[in-house]
Amino acid sequence: MADGSIGTPVRRREDYRFLTGQGTYTDDINRPGQLHAYILRSPHANAKLGRIDTSGAASSAGVIAVFTGQDMAKDNLGGLPCGWLINSKDGSPMKEPPHPVLAVERVRHVGDPVAVVIAESLGQARDAAEKIAVDYAVEPAAVDVVAALKPGAPQVWPEAPGNVCYDWQLGDAGAVETAIGKATRVVKLDLINNRLVPNAMEPRAAIGEYDRATGEHTLYTTSQNPHVIRLLMGAFVLHMPESKLRVVAPDVGGGFGSKIYHYAEEAIVTWAAGKVRKPIKWTADRSESFMSDAHGRDHVTHVELALDKDAKFLALKVSTIANMGAYLSTFATCIPTYLYGTLLAGTYTTPAIYVETKAVFTNTVPVDAYRGAGRPEATFLLERIVDLAADELGMDPAELRRRNFIPANAFPYQTPVALQYDSGDYQSTLELALKAAGYSEFEARRQEAARRGKLRGIGLATYIEACGIAPSAVVGSLGARAGLFESAAVRVHPTGSVTVLTGSHQHGQGHETTFAQLVSDHLGIPIESIEIVHGDTAKIPYGMGTYGSRSIAVGGSAIIKAMDKVIAKGRKIAAHLLEASEADVEFKDGNFTVAGTDRSKSLAEVALTAYVPHNFPHDELEPGLDETAFYDPKNFTFPSGAHIAEVEIDSDTGRLEIVNFTASDDFGRIINPMIVAGQVHGGLAQGIGQAVLEGCVYDKDTGQLLTGSYNDYAMPRADDLPPFDLSTHVTLCTHNPLGVKGCGEAGAIGAPAAIANAVVDALKPLGVRHVEMPLTPERLWRTIQRHQPRAAAE
Amino acid sequence: MYEFEYQKPASLDDVARLLGDEDAKLVAGGMTLIPTLKMRLAKPTQLVDLGAIPSLKGVSEDGDAVVIGAMTRHTDVNRSDVVKRAIPALAAMAGMIGDPAVRNRGTIGGSIANNDPAADYPAAVVALNATVRTNKREIAADQFFTGMFETALQPGEIVTAVRFPKVAQANYQKFRNPASRYAIVGVFVAKTPAGVRVAVTGAGPSVFRVPEMEAALAKSFTPDAIKDIAIKDDGLNSDIHASAEYRAHLVTVMARRAVQACA
Amino acid sequence: MQKTVSLTVNGKPASATVEGRTLLVQLLREHLGLTGTHVGCDTSQCGACVVHVNGEAVKSCTLLAVQAEGANVLTIEGVANGDTLHPMQEAFRNNHALQCGFCTPGMVMSALDLVKNNPKPTDREIREYLEGNLCRCTGYHNIVLAIAEGAAVMRGEAPPANPHGVAAE
Repeated sequence: MADGSIGTPVRRREDYRFLTGQGTYTDDINRPGQLHAYILRSPHANAKLGRIDTSGAASSAGVIAVFTGQDMAKDNLGGLPCGWLINSKDGSPMKEPPHPVLAVERVRHVGDPVAVVIAESLGQARDAAEKIAVDYAVEPAAVDVVAALKPGAPQVWPEAPGNVCYDWQLGDAGAVETAIGKATRVVKLDLINNRLVPNAMEPRAAIGEYDRATGEHTLYTTSQNPHVIRLLMGAFVLHMPESKLRVVAPDVGGGFGSKIYHYAEEAIVTWAAGKVRKPIKWTADRSESFMSDAHGRDHVTHVELALDKDAKFLALKVSTIANMGAYLSTFATCIPTYLYGTLLAGTYTTPAIYVETKAVFTNTVPVDAYRGAGRPEATFLLERIVDLAADELGMDPAELRRRNFIPANAFPYQTPVALQYDSGDYQSTLELALKAAGYSEFEARRQEAARRGKLRGIGLATYIEACGIAPSAVVGSLGARAGLFESAAVRVHPTGSVTVLTGSHQHGQGHETTFAQLVSDHLGIPIESIEIVHGDTAKIPYGMGTYGSRSIAVGGSAIIKAMDKVIAKGRKIAAHLLEASEADVEFKDGNFTVAGTDRSKSLAEVALTAYVPHNFPHDELEPGLDETAFYDPKNFTFPSGAHIAEVEIDSDTGRLEIVNFTASDDFGRIINPMIVAGQVHGGLAQGIGQAVLEGCVYDKDTGQLLTGSYNDYAMPRADDLPPFDLSTHVTLCTHNPLGVKGCGEAGAIGAPAAIANAVVDALKPLGVRHVEMPLTPERLWRTIQRHQPRAAAE
Repeated sequence: MYEFEYQKPASLDDVARLLGDEDAKLVAGGMTLIPTLKMRLAKPTQLVDLGAIPSLKGVSEDGDAVVIGAMTRHTDVNRSDVVKRAIPALAAMAGMIGDPAVRNRGTIGGSIANNDPAADYPAAVVALNATVRTNKREIAADQFFTGMFETALQPGEIVTAVRFPKVAQANYQKFRNPASRYAIVGVFVAKTPAGVRVAVTGAGPSVFRVPEMEAALAKSFTPDAIKDIAIKDDGLNSDIHASAEYRAHLVTVMARRAVQACA
Repeated sequence: MQKTVSLTVNGKPASATVEGRTLLVQLLREHLGLTGTHVGCDTSQCGACVVHVNGEAVKSCTLLAVQAEGANVLTIEGVANGDTLHPMQEAFRNNHALQCGFCTPGMVMSALDLVKNNPKPTDREIREYLEGNLCRCTGYHNIVLAIAEGAAVMRGEAPPANPHGVAAE
């Protein structure tokens, strides 16, 4: 079964439609009679919302309706919910202010939606929106997280004094303090994890439609998880049962987390379509995306690492301030807590760890998960402080890491921060990366670069991450308000072809291909006879969607389980047809065979029998061959790896060039190596983007978004990036049927630290200890200037 | 954008007549105007497209000069055998503007008439001591660019061509904004028949020359001759991408590299 | 203002009645139903909207429909030959040079434009030519490989060995 088997680089089946312009993205869909929505957004970061006069807009050419938050309140619409409850150190629950769909009484960030105009054309809607007169009483804004915590700072929410949402902790503060007291050396660092804008290339869009005949609402939306949207929007916002609400996420052009959340615009078009009884389409402009898609990262952290005389890590203490933005986005609260603090052991045996996170409201766009979601933040601080320790000790950074790695024979390994790692071999991925990067020959390259007037540096980062989210009971005990299982229905058709309905979603990951590979391999049928269906709540059992690198580990496992049910039933049917006992029937390569004979029935023959059950064990079995499974993972999965960056800095301009990038990763079993490599490439590009180019900037005083378009937000381009040198090492996941770990976020997790470490290495001769991201030319130039005062003119 | 009437006249006289409406705007390549209109930052009632006027296009040789029609696209200047032979630095610079698809539409006339502080052409026009031809007169480079987004053009005056003296020894160094890829600082150095000229774009509100560097280079056309010439940062642009101080520093760095590349 | 624009799209005559402010990309997507050309930004940087106008790559979001009067336009829908993918499209597939597919039409159109002007581009030249095409998914690594392969096949040469180990079909 060479074509469809696991481990082969099968070309993607979805490519044909994308390459020929026949993809169906949400904005490509046009419903009969559809109208267009334009959303009026606040130009102010913090203002009391007074009267909104929509009369001029409502009487504008082509306008069907204009709605505000007041109209929604009259219909008793709920607010957008937050899906994870975090408790503070004192046991009190987090502050959870309301999140109205359209602003009422106050606007809290530039871009906060205030009104929606529904018109026959988008141009008419936009023209009309300019006629809406809004009374804003502008007030000072809290913009920067550190400033927002200071006494006297503008308060974003009266119910959150001091702008604090929660003050959370994890770990053993006492053990950490004791260890710090006994340590030979304590290394300290303050660092920032820069705020990012995810910028999937497809802007968000939503189409709401109401069917008067059935009373059913349909929402087409650019979502990573249509069932979750149906649940959140139906239950919390629109108060309608799931049975009357269908959500379809068709082809989606990238998500990276930003398309997980239930956004206001989804509720707006769904509700408004019911009011005006016509389909309504909304599509974001890119500048609108900048001020309405959830942003990522935005942490300020103080970290301390205690070491003993043998350079073994004794303790890690982390204190973080995390920006929530103005409202709590769907998963915002778990990102700097349970997806962050629990990763602070990294690949090391540090016995005592304590982390506290203060989540802060500011008058900025809400912040939530973005590729890596908490793990890039954890890895960055950990790998920076480890490198700093190596520097202070005069030790090779690779050697310091080796000395502190969890050994390959120590698994399962219980960390001091809740997680138990199932398997890993950090030594091997590090050695693979060091070799591929020519690490031991670096000094010669540094000197050669110096002769060309360039500062060359090499930096590494070893990371671990927790993905394949998640065991429902575990996350529930930590405050999650959702389960994190996955669903799969495997439907064998009478003529033997198979449709798999998966609760996972694809927005670039290639599941139509990799899941088909799984099925081809497990059921022993040609890949061409398998169809993978996702994205429509009307077709698919309830699934939690795709994010957190969970689809192969959780979605794939659900498919395996469903296939095992199919095989189990098939064996019973085959046994009946072959007049053998079930125990004697084996399933292999698509055939049910009586052991030790050549008597067999193919899966297709068994399927036909199941649907034409003339010769059939009706006493024991129902007809049909269509099984559903829900898989709740037993644990997170733990990909790991080593990333090595080699950079050159032009000291005259501060401009950074990435000369080489090497990644060696452990993703457990690999289904399609070409697709896995693509995931790493994309993650690395985003990680490098964070390190070198990207940074979402707000004006500290006015709260205006200064990086509101691609003119100011630097997206990585082809000529900003090197080719990538990848390798993998496999240690199987021990707790899912496939032994897979997932690979979607790894690149974004390891790369920033590798780059930052390389830059500090390049600047080490100048005595530089740390440089903040993004490592822009001016920032590097100033760092060099500060450490190397200009010589007097010769 | 706001709605407008679109006209594509066939003669300059028709253009001039249409420009009698003060809310009419010329469109050349549209690479600046159309994004501006999409942002609703301008509200012309009429758009007058210069694309149908043949006399505005093309590159020709005129003795010791090259004449480039105002509607000549960056792609065409970049690929022109005439320009590559006579003023290679200009051809190279045209290839640094925007990206390939933008270069297939953007024009020299549109660029200089707009005078974006970060545009590349103003540095070339000034450094090469070019002459801007309009439908009314000729304007010397040093008089053409008057301020941020401002030129010496009168209302209704249209750039028709730019005349560049042939210059073999010249080079343009561009330090790009990593987001927009416009010039944070762009320095065009040219050894023209009238002497060495150094023109800087991106750093200030409009293109400017650096007389001190020109004098030093006139004595010794080497990077070292200007290595200690620092320009003042007062009045230079400052934004989240580059402070005035950094831009001032980059001017010297880019100027030295331009001189180096002339060798 | 309502104006009827007549042009040739993918080899066939097409016309639409548009406003002055209608962009070429809107004419293609909304009036002609050719939704393969995408809109990814509003500052003419991302390149998802690249089409060929009179044989040259152009950003269709920065051209008015009325400016395309009489023009010969090629969109992604016109690149394949019936059901047979163009060698450049095939090369993208062979090299996993697309993930979500949103930037892909513009990327393919830019790639074709590159190869027309530079039949044997180096990797550096490919990367520089893509300055006006943003991709958030692939990190460009496989796109560069794909364009090099597509260019080789278009030159009539055998494609380079596939680095992913994909067997030739």
